[in-house]
Amino acid sequence: MENAFQEAIFWVLAVVTVGGALMVVLQRDMFRAALSLIVSFLGVAGLFAQLNAEFLAVAQLLIYGGAVSVLVIFAVMLTRDVPRSNRSTPMQPLALALAALLFAGLTWAVVQAEWRVMAGSLPPSVEQAFVDTPARLGNVLLSEFVLAFEIAGVLLLAAVIGALSLVRGR
Amino acid sequence: MLERYLVLAALLFAIGLYGTLSRRNIVAILISIELMFNGVNVALVAFSRYVTPAALRVARVNEATADAVVTGQAFATFIIVVAAAEVALGLALIIALFRNRDTTDVTEVSLLRR
Repeated sequence: MENAFQEAIFWVLAVVTVGGALMVVLQRDMFRAALSLIVSFLGVAGLFAQLNAEFLAVAQLLIYGGAVSVLVIFAVMLTRDVPRSNRSTPMQPLALALAALLFAGLTWAVVQAEWRVMAGSLPPSVEQAFVDTPARLGNVLLSEFVLAFEIAGVLLLAAVIGALSLVRGR
Repeated sequence: MLERYLVLAALLFAIGLYGTLSRRNIVAILISIELMFNGVNVALVAFSRYVTPAALRVARVNEATADAVVTGQAFATFIIVVAAAEVALGLALIIALFRNRDTTDVTEVSLLRR
């Protein structure tokens, strides 16, 4: 029963995520494309929650669903003729072929690879490790990945300074 | 279980690639790149949920090694950080482009071709 419920949730989330992503590239109106992007982000947040990544689910909501979408909608305001602004270039057929080829190749690789996953239910010791992933993530970020963590901080600082100096009026 | 998350991630990545290569509006290109980032994140978190525990059981899970189950989530966290920096800089570039050329259409930005 619980499994069937999780199954149903997965398919709903998958449809929401992929549907939102498709609307981003198919919608003519740039503003609606930006709104579809938010829908897709929310679907991905749900997928994270289903994969025992609670911290990432909340971070996805805050950073993508909140901050990034506000920035994107702000950028849409710079566009002229918004209702017809999401047009394609002459490259479109080539891009479609390339994307379809990539998807087919990746799917083939996923299906034919022999993944070393556990059959059946997880043993209790592993199940226990997934109970408090936010705490474990904090542990890992400040011990094993502390150098990357510091570099990420420097990168964000550089991005803020760079963005400010790019948009500063002359 | 793992496969369907990976196929979903591949689909998100392919849609993002299509949008990046085929859109005219630079904002649309930026959000298509965000879709590709999201596809990669879904794949990383799915690996951390399904593949890492299998590898751990071979090595016997204890309290010290159990932290390894969130390695993929840590990678995804860094991707979110980089994507946030990319959006902030991308928006600044769009504003700079709009100020100098009065357009957000990438096909009109062909200064180097002339």
